[in-house]
Amino acid sequence: MSAARRSLRDRAVAAIRLAWSTLALPVLAIFLGLLAGAVVIILTSGLVPNHPFDPGLPLRAYSALFDGALGSDNGRVETLVQAAPLMLAALGIGLGFKAGLFNIGGRGQFLMGAVASVAAAQLVHDSGPLVAIPVALVAGAAVGAAWGFLPGFLKAVSGAHEVVTTIMLNYVAVALLSWLVAGPLRLPKSPQPVTNDVGDAALPILLGRDGHIGIILAFLAVPIVWFFLYKTTRGFEIRAVGANPDASRYAGMKPRRMIVLTMSISGLLVGLAGAGNVLGLNHEIPASFSTTVGFDAITVALLGRSHPIGIMLSALLFGALRQGSQGMQIDAGVPSQLVDVVQATILLFLVASPVIQAVLRLRGVSSGLGTTETMTKTYGTESVR
Amino acid sequence: MTEIPVLGLVIQFAGFLLDQLPFIAHAAVGLSIPIALAGMCGVVSERSGVVNIGLEGMMLTAAFVAWVSGVVAVAALGPGTATPAFGITLPLLIALAVAVLSGMAMATIHAWLSISVRADQIISGVIINVAAAGLTGYLNTLIASQSPIGAGGFTPLQLPAELTSLPVVGWLINALFAQGPIAIGALILMIVLQVWLFRSRWGLRTRAVGEHPRAAETVGINVVRLRYRNVILSGAIAALGGAYLSMELTNSFQADMTQGMGFIGLAAMIVGRWTPVGAFGAAVLFASTRAVSRAIIFAAPTGDLGTFLSGIPSQVWDALPYLVTIIVLAGLIGRSIPPAADGQPYEREAAT
Repeated sequence: MSAARRSLRDRAVAAIRLAWSTLALPVLAIFLGLLAGAVVIILTSGLVPNHPFDPGLPLRAYSALFDGALGSDNGRVETLVQAAPLMLAALGIGLGFKAGLFNIGGRGQFLMGAVASVAAAQLVHDSGPLVAIPVALVAGAAVGAAWGFLPGFLKAVSGAHEVVTTIMLNYVAVALLSWLVAGPLRLPKSPQPVTNDVGDAALPILLGRDGHIGIILAFLAVPIVWFFLYKTTRGFEIRAVGANPDASRYAGMKPRRMIVLTMSISGLLVGLAGAGNVLGLNHEIPASFSTTVGFDAITVALLGRSHPIGIMLSALLFGALRQGSQGMQIDAGVPSQLVDVVQATILLFLVASPVIQAVLRLRGVSSGLGTTETMTKTYGTESVR
Repeated sequence: MTEIPVLGLVIQFAGFLLDQLPFIAHAAVGLSIPIALAGMCGVVSERSGVVNIGLEGMMLTAAFVAWVSGVVAVAALGPGTATPAFGITLPLLIALAVAVLSGMAMATIHAWLSISVRADQIISGVIINVAAAGLTGYLNTLIASQSPIGAGGFTPLQLPAELTSLPVVGWLINALFAQGPIAIGALILMIVLQVWLFRSRWGLRTRAVGEHPRAAETVGINVVRLRYRNVILSGAIAALGGAYLSMELTNSFQADMTQGMGFIGLAAMIVGRWTPVGAFGAAVLFASTRAVSRAIIFAAPTGDLGTFLSGIPSQVWDALPYLVTIIVLAGLIGRSIPPAADGQPYEREAAT
């Protein structure tokens, strides 16, 4: 009896320890990031139109942000809508981190996934949702995967670092999308270049005004990616290559093949995020279509420590920040780019977590970003064999 | 049947390029300056063993700070009188100085994260980039709504016509020296850095620390201090590239105006094998596609070639610099070897 109770207590203590060790630093980094954002707001409050210097502005800005994100049913649904592409894209980028690869090409993969799904939707415009939706989603995922395959392949055969090539491919994707929308995919007689709407491939709405089924897709991807990473041989190989390429090669794995595979899956997930977003939310693509998802997803993946569950939580947080920032700009006059500032400071404090730990004397906290140590070690070198 | 028109087009195009060479060369040098400065920034940092992908953010910060401090300086001091050559005014000089300081400040953060905290240097660079994009976008939204008066920009050097119309070399003189002060400064910097890096004590120490920091430490070089200095110096160089964008190429700031030029600069550094002259050369190569597209717009050729070129969508020209960068990078990289300790944090052995 008492032994059973003790083991229960031990388990509770262990759970609290685990929660403390994994959550303490991210939560602290979020808090410090918001604090830094508040300082920026105060320092620049005199610049807000028709507004004197005002130390109380951060409070109003943040309460407007909170209200916009979570204060109403509509806000909560919109937060989920914003979080869904972040979740999918960050799962992809986090997968790259696990393999020691840094996919900064999220923007390009997102845009290519979006435009491919719209192109496919044109082909199956009137063939019923049961056909059109899967076709459009698969097209988006496939083209996203191709856009991730390219830098992976280039790294594997020539050693060209993915950080440079993925960024270059982002700009290529922007130009390609703009050409497709202005040319082959343009809706005839439209005054501005814009594609036709996605027709039957539009994702059904489940919640409120915009709560499309893509949200469920994003939440479903979390356990799938978790299972892939931690319960399959391929997932194990990806993690092994990320942890130590030389050792994994010695054990008979093929790091080159893993690089190509990981970048492709990474691009697939980001492309799916783009497809889901355009099929569920925008329904058409203007020539100026752009996204912040690619870069936001890097922060989401790092904050979630590249673990699917961590990514899910941090995607929800950043979905709320993105959604709330629009209300903040309207109600308090604080530009929505503040979220980027907050994002950068959160990252800064995460990366500098060993210092924070030393200063605050935190004990029993697992620090740092975990799985990203091998990234710069392969920078520009031919060490990939 | 179809080969003959294609060949004809190629010959016509070559003729067009030759004909427009003075214009293209001048535009290519002008457009290459930010890329070249980014590349040299990378050389200074990476030769000492610190990967610096935050240079894009350092450039963006400096471009913004140059413009804003020009606005402030004009408001405080008036526009000032411009010198006949380069159109230098007091507000412009102040703006340039503050911009360089801002780049050095961003670089100090990167140096601290990658040298002292020993964080992953690529993530540290991304932080610099995200912070720069966020802060400049945020402040630009606030400031642009008040439509302020900027300090204008530097003007290119006016060369006498006898010099630019010299046979054989006239176009080259025109391309290199009919530029603004930052561009000419970048050319001088290229030569100075090349000599310093391979002929001076600082250069020898920098290369030693980038190749084998532990060995360098045993002969008495302070690895940490040297890396700090080099990264902060590289921030100043990147800042010149940013200031060039908002003070020389244009006279104002736009959100995200660096457009990946910092990353193209990194590719130029790799293609140029981590040397200043090589990086500059690669930067001119990358910029030349854009220069050609400008020549086609400003001096549109006629005939078959004209119809063919006008059939190419403008987006192809937009994407070309990035595509060329990828192709050259992938083609050359195996033969371009980085400093051995590049990207690896240095930890002093504990004294026992």
